[in-house]
Amino acid sequence: MPAVLQAGMQLGGFTLLQPLHEGGMATLWRVSHPDHGSSLLMKMPRVAYGESVSQVVGFEVERMLLPLLAGAHVPRFIASGDEGDQPWLVMEQVSGSTLRPLLDQAPIAPGRVAALGALAAIALADLHRQQVVHLDIKPSNLLLHRGADGNERIVLIDFGLSRHAQLPDLLAEQFHIPMGTAPYIAPEQVLGVRSDPRSDLFALGVTLYHLATAQRPFGFPGSQRGLRRRFYQDPVPPRSHVAAIPRWLQETILRCLEVDPDARHPTAAQLALDLQHPEQVTLTARAERLQRAGRIERARRWWRALGMEPERISARAAQAARAPLIMVALDLKQPDPALDLALRDTVQRLVATAPGARLACVTVLRTARIGLDSNIDAEGRNRHLKRLAGLRDWARTLALPDHRITFHVLESPDVADALIEYARNNAIDHLIMGARGVTGVRRLLGSVSARVVAEAGCTATVVRARGEAAATTSP
Amino acid sequence: MRIGLLADLHANREATEACMLALADAGCTQWVFLGDLVGYGADPEWLVDCAREQVAAGAIAVQGNHDAAVDDGSIQPMHEHARAALEWTRGRLDRSQREFLRGLPLQVVDADRLYAHASAAMPARWAYVSNALAAWQSLQATPQWLTLLGHVHDQAVYYTGATAQAIHFQPVAGAVLPLLPSRRWLAIVGSCGQPRDGNPAAACAWLDTGTRRLGFLRVPYDHERAAAKVVAAGLPRSLAQRLLQGR
Repeated sequence: MPAVLQAGMQLGGFTLLQPLHEGGMATLWRVSHPDHGSSLLMKMPRVAYGESVSQVVGFEVERMLLPLLAGAHVPRFIASGDEGDQPWLVMEQVSGSTLRPLLDQAPIAPGRVAALGALAAIALADLHRQQVVHLDIKPSNLLLHRGADGNERIVLIDFGLSRHAQLPDLLAEQFHIPMGTAPYIAPEQVLGVRSDPRSDLFALGVTLYHLATAQRPFGFPGSQRGLRRRFYQDPVPPRSHVAAIPRWLQETILRCLEVDPDARHPTAAQLALDLQHPEQVTLTARAERLQRAGRIERARRWWRALGMEPERISARAAQAARAPLIMVALDLKQPDPALDLALRDTVQRLVATAPGARLACVTVLRTARIGLDSNIDAEGRNRHLKRLAGLRDWARTLALPDHRITFHVLESPDVADALIEYARNNAIDHLIMGARGVTGVRRLLGSVSARVVAEAGCTATVVRARGEAAATTSP
Repeated sequence: MRIGLLADLHANREATEACMLALADAGCTQWVFLGDLVGYGADPEWLVDCAREQVAAGAIAVQGNHDAAVDDGSIQPMHEHARAALEWTRGRLDRSQREFLRGLPLQVVDADRLYAHASAAMPARWAYVSNALAAWQSLQATPQWLTLLGHVHDQAVYYTGATAQAIHFQPVAGAVLPLLPSRRWLAIVGSCGQPRDGNPAAACAWLDTGTRRLGFLRVPYDHERAAAKVVAAGLPRSLAQRLLQGR
């Protein structure tokens, strides 16, 4: 490879257009290719003599993982190759800006922090589903992109420290020091555990804390000893920095920052659910805290940290992955006792087999396609509350603790649309709904459940009550 | 191009047919037989004919220790049941089939790949690559980027680290590994005809030379039928038991 790269040069069929970034780890160029257009990014690690071997291995990791990743929350892989000694990787250039510049504007309004956190958690859920833990989540690796549909989403970038559960971990074999970015690294990562998706939740918690308060929860330690301080010293509660931060958000952020991964949200999807439904967050002592824990609590944290063994954490991480978000869709307008019973029975079995599972009880309040927004008038509000009470009543005998169940009344002119959108936006793992009997109208319109099953993008169970005749009275 | 990789087929027709079908479904258009076509199983003639036919059509086959032992039974001490199966196998094969086995090469180099049955460090000594040190020795013995072996019956991957060593990696069934061009790799594709890891499903693998990906498969097949044929042939019952239990 030529010693100096210049615009107009060709590398593996790509034309170098413009250098974007001369980072510590890699050189980035905007490139074009006749077959792939011009919104492309070429990444080249520095391989000159004296460069750290970790940069090269990090690049190898990214080169191995990126082609395997798919979906809206990662940049699309285009090609990779070697030009002499110089390896290169080309990916789609995603428009938008990382969250890094936002740190300079912090503290950011709590509502915006929560919204950004939810987008990032959804992106992480998608990554974790593909068996990859990012392990270097921080504002500069979260790219905020506005899609063609006008919706914002987070695209995760830089997979140089990532780990795929079914592939060799090139980094673990080579380095025996903690790998990550000091302010964000999770305690278990400091111990060398590289397989727990909840490490990404910790790092996201640090990010949200920083955005909401303009402070780093664990400072910027420069030594191994400094890194370990997070094992026993809990962060200053966000509300003591910024009083306007609501309790629920403090609860959620501090839960992300728990030393013990088991005390955090079990999955990124569950964190996203909390960030999107503040009214449903169960508040604990974390929400009320206004100062750091005293010496006793510190001793407790320290004690717990002593018991952290990498092997045990890995085993528990596997268990946490079985913490599905279950959604049950209920039709409260046309009650059907037999179907209710069958639904409850199915839900009961599911939540019993997965102790980490959370249940979202959802119903749709049909609104007129055109006309007044019924939600703003008193009658609409009344109907909304009645449905909410109906949901709670249906779930009463399940006897689930508050932190395992949430209730949602959606308002939409189209029931199927509303359920599909909800399942997708909340990364629901398993959707359960009742099948209605077939009547003339339904035969004409097509069934809601058939559409939801086809389009919700998750596992779906349609429950039918025994004794079909009883269920045929619905419109 | 996608290449189907089969090793330690051990005269197991049912397993071989199932693996070749699964690999063809995965898009394989070429075949490499990594040794031990015969020994243990009840269908040595069929296996040899099958491999011979494929080789005539462009496939690659290398010799395994059981294939070599058909001709001279004395090259290596074998345990009693293996020896009994060998005697039986010799009686079943005609001259041309035995000549095909005798004529198989120990190693084949194809582009950036080396195919062999046992360690490339000592090809005629049938050394097992069963740990990182043995893998390192084998990797040292060839300049090829990728070494594909059999002999050890369990699937395994070894690759060179950034320092002078080989690192072991255990692939799970169904795993597809992108093989980095910057490392050197040694893969053991697993036994098609006599799995020994407690899972009776046949093992095999494919290599995509374009995308540099290596896929590991476990293929369930009618192992009860294969075991029944072993018993019916009068071969040691323990060999049938192995197929049933995958041990």
